[in-house]
Amino acid sequence: MTMRPLHDPMAKPPSQEPCVVRTTTCYMCACRCGIRVHVRDGEVRYIEGNPEHPLNKGVICAKGSSGIMKQYSPARLTRPLLRKPGSERGANEYTEISWDEAYALLEARLRKLRATDPKQFALFTGRDQMQALTGLFARQFGTPNYAAHGGFCSVNMAAGMIYTIGGSFWEFGGPDLERARLFFMIGTAEDHHSNPLKSAIAKFKRNGGRFIAINPVRTGYAAIADEWVPIKPGTDGALMLALIREIIALGLYDRDFLTRYTNSGQLVNQDPTSNDFGMMMRNPEGDVINPLRPHNFYWWDRHTAAPVATHTEGTDPALFGEFFMGSTPVKPAFQLLKERVYACTPEWAEGITGIPADTIRRLAHEMGVTARDQKIELPIAWTDCWGQQHESVTGSPVAFHAMRGLAAHSNGFHAIRALAILMSLLGTIDRPGGFRHKSPYPRAIPPNARPPKGPQAVKPNTPLDGAPLGWPESPDDLFVDEAGQPVRIDKGFSWEYPLSAHGLMHNVITNAWRGAPYPIDTLLLFMANMAWNSSMNTRNIRNMLVDKREDGEYKIPFIVVCDAFQSETTAFADLILPDTTYLERHDCMSMLDRPISEYEGPTDAVRIPVLPPKGECRPFQEVLIELASRLQFPAFTTAEGQRKFKDYPDFIVNYETAPGSGIGFLTGWRGKHGEKSMRGEPNPMQWEMYAKNNCFHHETLPPSYQYMRNWNRGYMQWAQQAGLRRDNDPIVIHIYSEFLQSFRLAAQGKRPGKQPPDNLRHRVDTYFDPLPFWHESLEQHQSDNVRYPLNAITQRPMAMYHSWDSQNAWLRQIHAHNYLYVNSATAQAAGVEDGGWLWVESQWGKVRCLCRYSEAVEPGTVWTWNAIGKSSGAWGLAADANESQKGFLLNHLISEELAANGEGQRFSNSDPVTGQAAWYDVKVRIYPAQPDEAKHSWPQFDTMKAIPGMGRLPAWLSFFAGKGGQ
Amino acid sequence: MRPAFSIIFLTTLTGAGQGLFLLLYATEMLHAAVTPGFYIGGSLLVLGLSALGLLASFFHLGHPSRSWRAMTMWRTSWLSREVIVLMGFLGMVLLYLLAHWSGLGLTAVLGGMASVLALGLFVCTGMVYVAIKVMKEWVSPLTVANFFLMGCASGATLASAYALVGAPDLVPHFIEVALIATLLALLGRSAALIRNARLKPTTTLQSAIGIRHPRIVQKAQGAMGGSFNTREFFHGKSDAFIRAIKPAFITLAFVVPLALLAAGLSRPWLLPLVFVLQYLGLLAERWFFFAEANHPQNLYYQIIS
Amino acid sequence: MTQLALVIDLNVCVGCHACVTNCKQWNTSGSAGPLLDANPYEADPTGTFFNRVQTFEVGTYPNTQTVHFPKSCLHCEDPPCVPVCPTGASYKRKEDGIVLVDYDKCIGCKYCAWACPYGVREFDEQRKVMTKCTLCVDRIYDEALPESERKPACVLACPAGARIFGDVHDPESEASVAISDNGGYALMPECGTQPANHYLPRRKTALKIQNEQLYRSANPLKVEGTAPLPPSSEDFAT
Ligand SMILES: Nc1nc2c(c(=O)[nH]1)N[C@H]1C(S)=C(S)[C@@H](COP(=O)(O)OP(=O)(O)OC[C@H]3O[C@@H](n4cnc5c(=O)[nH]c(N)nc54)[C@H](O)[C@@H]3O)O[C@H]1N2
Ligand SMILES: Nc1nc2c(c(=O)[nH]1)N[C@H]1C(S)=C(S)[C@@H](COP(=O)(O)OP(=O)(O)OC[C@H]3O[C@@H](n4cnc5c(=O)[nH]c(N)nc54)[C@H](O)[C@@H]3O)O[C@H]1N2
Ligand code: SF4
Ligand code: SF4
Ligand code: SF4
Ligand code: SF4
Ligand code: SF4
Ligand SMILES: [Mo]
Repeated sequence: MTMRPLHDPMAKPPSQEPCVVRTTTCYMCACRCGIRVHVRDGEVRYIEGNPEHPLNKGVICAKGSSGIMKQYSPARLTRPLLRKPGSERGANEYTEISWDEAYALLEARLRKLRATDPKQFALFTGRDQMQALTGLFARQFGTPNYAAHGGFCSVNMAAGMIYTIGGSFWEFGGPDLERARLFFMIGTAEDHHSNPLKSAIAKFKRNGGRFIAINPVRTGYAAIADEWVPIKPGTDGALMLALIREIIALGLYDRDFLTRYTNSGQLVNQDPTSNDFGMMMRNPEGDVINPLRPHNFYWWDRHTAAPVATHTEGTDPALFGEFFMGSTPVKPAFQLLKERVYACTPEWAEGITGIPADTIRRLAHEMGVTARDQKIELPIAWTDCWGQQHESVTGSPVAFHAMRGLAAHSNGFHAIRALAILMSLLGTIDRPGGFRHKSPYPRAIPPNARPPKGPQAVKPNTPLDGAPLGWPESPDDLFVDEAGQPVRIDKGFSWEYPLSAHGLMHNVITNAWRGAPYPIDTLLLFMANMAWNSSMNTRNIRNMLVDKREDGEYKIPFIVVCDAFQSETTAFADLILPDTTYLERHDCMSMLDRPISEYEGPTDAVRIPVLPPKGECRPFQEVLIELASRLQFPAFTTAEGQRKFKDYPDFIVNYETAPGSGIGFLTGWRGKHGEKSMRGEPNPMQWEMYAKNNCFHHETLPPSYQYMRNWNRGYMQWAQQAGLRRDNDPIVIHIYSEFLQSFRLAAQGKRPGKQPPDNLRHRVDTYFDPLPFWHESLEQHQSDNVRYPLNAITQRPMAMYHSWDSQNAWLRQIHAHNYLYVNSATAQAAGVEDGGWLWVESQWGKVRCLCRYSEAVEPGTVWTWNAIGKSSGAWGLAADANESQKGFLLNHLISEELAANGEGQRFSNSDPVTGQAAWYDVKVRIYPAQPDEAKHSWPQFDTMKAIPGMGRLPAWLSFFAGKGGQ
Repeated sequence: MRPAFSIIFLTTLTGAGQGLFLLLYATEMLHAAVTPGFYIGGSLLVLGLSALGLLASFFHLGHPSRSWRAMTMWRTSWLSREVIVLMGFLGMVLLYLLAHWSGLGLTAVLGGMASVLALGLFVCTGMVYVAIKVMKEWVSPLTVANFFLMGCASGATLASAYALVGAPDLVPHFIEVALIATLLALLGRSAALIRNARLKPTTTLQSAIGIRHPRIVQKAQGAMGGSFNTREFFHGKSDAFIRAIKPAFITLAFVVPLALLAAGLSRPWLLPLVFVLQYLGLLAERWFFFAEANHPQNLYYQIIS
Repeated sequence: MTQLALVIDLNVCVGCHACVTNCKQWNTSGSAGPLLDANPYEADPTGTFFNRVQTFEVGTYPNTQTVHFPKSCLHCEDPPCVPVCPTGASYKRKEDGIVLVDYDKCIGCKYCAWACPYGVREFDEQRKVMTKCTLCVDRIYDEALPESERKPACVLACPAGARIFGDVHDPESEASVAISDNGGYALMPECGTQPANHYLPRRKTALKIQNEQLYRSANPLKVEGTAPLPPSSEDFAT
């Protein structure tokens, strides 16, 4: 008997064409790793991380590795569909139409709206990576009613940090784990920088770094932390303030950094009778440096005991004390910070956060001493914006990272500002070992884009004269009418949510349904599952989508959904536009949006199709270009009135932000022959050059431009010339924010210009504090905390992306349904069994779900994986799939609006500064389900029917590239 | 383990066949006055049972057409040996039958060889389970002994029923053998049950994942819809069912047969019923034999979430 | 003698499942495939995966460790799954110690899976053969691949670099060094299987700040004339 194997394990599959390998960029999530796609006989054989790609350097995650299954999803939409005439919205009955019909329909409708009231068209997009294009489309259309996921995602993170240090975590910057020795990860489960972050943390740990996770739950990243610090949700602000207090009290702050690079030494008007109370003292004769953002501030020079212009050579500002300029009492900003945190003792924070005071103190000591004693010095000479030359770049090896655990609370803005200030105290901003910016950041505080200024900005057949979104600097930048009322459908940039830089997508449907501030006609949703996991109050939102006016018309008359898959939301569409998948289209991760930049310099990336579109699918990019051309938007039309761009690739190559600006969507291989970087004439071969370079372009800055970029003269000049910045003035860190104070002054009636309506004065006065403070979350403040003692939160599972992946045959085997994780003691006290059914109830609703005991969650918190629960029949799944029968959605418990206040007014369940959706504020109670109750999750919805063009559900799938899937 | 009915049938049917054959051969050796027809019929019964068992076992295989390959690894694999010995046993019983039928003699030699193979088959079958080192419930001489005793018991009960037609005189003797074998089987099986109830697992969650801590709890097994490992190694029945099946099989396979066999001395018509009941009892016993075995791999597959 | 194996570093594994699905996609279209998925879009989806990542909680709140635990065939040096196989379909390669299943010999009796203590073999219900991790034998020797990529798919995928591949008999190999430097251990040593794959335990980095360190003469508070309080045993801040 032969021992030789019959099956040669090394044999190549018989008679297969050789694999073709193409590079592109993954979009199984927003991380945007470089991938190499092996295609064999027309089918994807293997997707691997591209080792030549700067982002992921060859690694790939669970989602990226399951891209093949996305192509075979039965939920794939393959044809344009129109709601069957006479059928009810939500009933999921559709007829196939051609693209020509779809375009004609949209063109006619949009043309009319544009010619009458452009606001009637609203475009909202979810986890979209083409906001530069969708935003441009809205702007050219002339509607301000545009935003992407940012408002319900992490705008607190963006705003809290950008208004403080001119850059932020999220896709704009991150921790330098290569050089850090101590790393604090706060409220992060997965984040956007999925793969690079994992690689960096692992490497950091291997190098002996110390990793501390501050999180109510210990999973994922926190699992490998050297120390887990459980914290009560929504209380990080208190922790940060206590840490700041310790650092200041012990003198563990980096004084040199604070004096030169932050506004700590700037003198603040302390005359309570003055209309400028709380504003920085300014020297009208001083050097403004930038007239649009004057820098004519004062320091109190310690040596001469007199006020001097900031950064005057040979002076040193006092950080503490109270002084007089003439008769005006003034204090350095840092003194005000010290006073602010005076009462924020570790004991005070212990009572709020649940973290022992000793631990808080120890954490402060660890970070302070490490930052002070383990200074990094790189022999890189550079010159700061005030002309001082530095022999080296120094840094402190204490890095932080934070995300939605801080952001997704109604007190998140101030918590995050406190964090940014703590990082600044330790001197870790854009320095080795600390926080590092990524292009196009750092940007001015705040960045230059401003929202439209009032209703007059919206005119028929006219583009907006700026972007629909922006960064208000003072009340005068708010987008309100004469009466101070909102102009946007989501009430963004109104007195209710003044700094809502990313809009409030989570309130669009409710507002449109209610007709307040006004009804709209057409809602176009792209890549957002707004009838399910991306909405709060999901059950009622679904009802609003089908609710009708007295005349029988839907309250939101026309809903267009562009998606690649049948989601819970497509059921509510009047028109469905089938998109391509990421393997089937051109795409670009533009410097005008959120590119994949590295710390060392700007990086952008593209996707190049590796497979033909399935069925009738068309890239949404092409749809936008087509509609923009048909509607003859100025930017898409030649002077002769002709269509300007053939298609999306043509648009990307030839579009310039302004005629001859040399700035387009892509920074690589610009100039006629691709010889220029960042800026230059359009290059007809640009796509090919990206394709040759693994689909990305990376501009490595000289080392002297890589650090201290807020204040780095060389970098600033380069950035201005490259078009990343308008100005080149230094970006001084706002320990104290006079911009916030300007809103407070308006609320107090001390400021000319736009005034808040009276009913909002108190709100604005309270939350626009120029220094961070901790307040209870708005929801908690309104809740019966005895009846609802627990916090309920969600987390990202690493192997699933929002709602997208339940259709993925491989990924859904990992997360087929979700449990509510409850601390064992809490569950036992509530009489809930491990593995048993229970009810979770908030003041807004309840859900029935399965319980899993856990020792890795703080006793006052319950949590579940986000967006695993599905509606029956959605996502091409069988009616009885685990996702709908055992899985559940926490969103039913979360309200998009707070309870009515005394005046019957309902605010968004959002941060009162930024409009950030407060997902993680909800308070709940739990109790066991009765034994005789049905053994499935609740609520349930009618099973969604399959719609034309969807695939079948095979009983078995055995994919083998080249031979198909069954 | 999840009891596979194919294997339950294989081991119980061939076991009874082996037992029956041993008794047939003993009868011949003791020169009982019976016709060749008795041996021929008996051998046919043995062959029938074994063939049924073999047939059942094919249902266990993914690729029955390749089953000849299962005879190739006799040097290391008790399963391979079992297959070979089973084939040998069947062949030898067939020769024995032919010898009786043709009257050519040699039945003593052939029967002797077949008996050795029958005994060997008990050993092989038992060793198939004893050889699974990680299955503490099985790794015991009692496993082989019990396969032997239960085969003999059911074989002897069957023999007594069969003798009703072929050799009524022998019925009381066969009943005696059946009583003794059943009693011994009861003792052997009880000993195994007692032993297994006292087993302390040497493999623990601590050694399974290599972390020394008294409290380790699995939270996810990595496959929420289950996998081969959650299907193959779990019986999927409730604790109550498991608790109930133990007395049930003891009663049915041993206690009731003991009582009825004794009664069979005076009421021989009971004997076929006794065999059916005992066989059913042994099916339950075999089910439990598998279900009771707790595979250490189960440490890795306890909880989903 | 060569013994190829994986060394899995529990100290950095974040439980992302990249190794799970990357293994699946490599192998389903490779020499071991296709790998079945049953009920792919229905209740209780299930399928063949050579590698799974599990999660354990160790200890009680608040001293809890969450341990992510990837597990595939350990390519035992004394693999109980091999001698029990009646057909020889289950075999261990002499040249590199990889334990494989010969799909063309396997009769699907599942006996090998019973013998394996680790629950890493998976029966393919469609092809009716036993399957398991191949250590990507169809990758690691593929000369068409650049040398740096001649590694198992799961190893290349792992974002944390928690999976090290190499010859554990070569004391110089990265894998052996990782084992000896970091206290690498084998699973269920009592089973005597001598797994070739090893695991690296959690390692904790601690920092101890002495009171003296808090108080330095070069304290910035002094610049302002408001020196901090001298160190006391407890509260410096008040
Ligand atoms: N695999 C995968 N990756 C993703 C996504 C996905 O769906 N799947 N989504 C992407 C998107 S859009 C986003 S916005 C990012 C979000 O990335 P993350 O910010 O990591 O998002 P969450 O999962 O919401 O994580 C929030 C974490 O904060 C903790 N937390 C909640 N409340 C508090 C609190 O008050 N304080 C503290 N300290 N912690 C708290 C939670 O326990 C959780 O660990 O992930 C992106 N990446
Ligand atoms: N309870 C709770 N809810 C939350 C959160 C939370 O933490 N807790 N997080 C919130 C956050 S941060 C975010 S960003 C949102 C998630 O925000 P969303 O962006 O709304 O994410 P999904 O729900 O997955 O919806 C995305 C839609 O895009 C579709 N899609 C996928 N690929 C393509 C494509 O190539 N083209 C097109 N056209 N469509 C595609 C999917 O099919 C899906 O319908 O969820 C929010 N919801
Ligand atoms: S992290 Fe996101 S972009 Fe990167 S491989 Fe995974 S799914 Fe793709
Ligand atoms: S882990 Fe199991 S399957 Fe792998 S070699 Fe060891 S015993 Fe065999
Ligand atoms: S299932 Fe296949 S590999 Fe396993 S023991 Fe049986 S024949 Fe051998
Ligand atoms: S070595 Fe290959 S077959 Fe084995 S687990 Fe890793 S990827 Fe899968
Ligand atoms: S890929 Fe790496 S980090 Fe992720 S689960 Fe597997 S071993 Fe752990
Ligand atoms: Mo998000």
